[in-house]
Amino acid sequence: MTLSIGIALLLAIAMVVSAIMATRGRRSLGISILAAGLASLLASVMFLLLGAPDVAMTEAAIGSGLTTFLFFFVLGRVRRGEHD
Amino acid sequence: MIKRFTLILLLAGLGAIFAGLMLDYVPDSELNRTADYYAKNTAADLGAANIVTAIIVTYRGLDTLGEVTVLFLTAAIVGLVLARDRHDQSQPDRELPPTGELLATGTRLLLPLILLFGAYVFSHGHLTPGGGFQGGAILASGMLLMLLSHPLRRFGHRTIAIVESIAGLAFVFIGVLGIALAGGFLDNRILPTGTLGELFSAGAIPVIYSFVGLKVGAEFSSMLLNLSETEEL
Amino acid sequence: MAMIAMATGFVLILIGLFGALSNRNILRMIVAFAVANTGVNLVLVAVGYMDGRTAPILNEAVPVAEATTRIIDPVPQALVLTAIVIGVGVTALMLAYAYKLFKTKGTLDISQYTDLKW
Repeated sequence: MTLSIGIALLLAIAMVVSAIMATRGRRSLGISILAAGLASLLASVMFLLLGAPDVAMTEAAIGSGLTTFLFFFVLGRVRRGEHD
Repeated sequence: MIKRFTLILLLAGLGAIFAGLMLDYVPDSELNRTADYYAKNTAADLGAANIVTAIIVTYRGLDTLGEVTVLFLTAAIVGLVLARDRHDQSQPDRELPPTGELLATGTRLLLPLILLFGAYVFSHGHLTPGGGFQGGAILASGMLLMLLSHPLRRFGHRTIAIVESIAGLAFVFIGVLGIALAGGFLDNRILPTGTLGELFSAGAIPVIYSFVGLKVGAEFSSMLLNLSETEEL
Repeated sequence: MAMIAMATGFVLILIGLFGALSNRNILRMIVAFAVANTGVNLVLVAVGYMDGRTAPILNEAVPVAEATTRIIDPVPQALVLTAIVIGVGVTALMLAYAYKLFKTKGTLDISQYTDLKW
């Protein structure tokens, strides 16, 4: 029980950090997109801990995998317009 | 400056509301009435081992039909919005550097396995975690691998459209069959419910979820295809 | 456990909203919305969690007779599954429109889009 709570705390910290990296980073847009995907992937581990394997699978396949690729396809197209 | 201040004020207010919600939250110690009904009666009514699947496909089957429709509309709108860009790429395709040997060989090796795994996930949705939506996403990721390894190949939008239409029609047809042969729209008892925990059990749930999986896979593939085929400026 | 997940979810919503409102690049705003979306899903699943129970799947470990005392509330999970799929649809739509905007103006900076300002 304490072990799973420890894992959950660790996951929570990692998720918050990657969410901040995704939204506030002065880094390139690519890193922001990857950080958002990472937050989503960590969320899927959290869903597993919360006893929702169905949701975990959906989040890992759809929320973390496909969304990241959709972003990258668009990012590749607008590369020249990116200035910040 | 004033913008920043307003923003922080707004978020602080929202944070206070969230904190209030959290402090008042008391976790339930037993299931509420709806969940209790599902826990007690899913196995006897529908014969599905995975209760989440039973809720999605049968108890709230109409919601899933609506959800698949929303996805279809999204894919259609993405196609519509990006349609003209694809049209005026009449200039000959530029020579892209060839994709690496590793990627090409890996794709040939992995693609059948990925498709097989997708089919496994959506046909076992009533027994194990997984189902049509996850399986569809896995199918679409196989498509994505193909897109990455052959960037210049033109994929058949027609095939995807045909798969999607047939799967959608079959989904609705099975639903209507439920009205005719069993208790109501999308009732899964048009086929025998079988024994709990076997592949051929739970009536029409595996059939419906397979069609949902094909449809979702086709929709995600067409979204990916449309976004990747827009040529650069 | 549920409390940790719920707090994380709320924090993610706040971070996402802050990012969506404070960034000027449209793509960054969409990324922020995706983060907020994850947060909402986390909160919803956390509401359904109950201590000491397992996932709502019946098998040898969870026989049908004991199901009511052994499983987690399955309804929020079904809702979140729907929400994730719809979330991807919404993100794809936003991305398609962002690309279209970029095609017309050649920039993704939201402060350049002043057509509706008066």
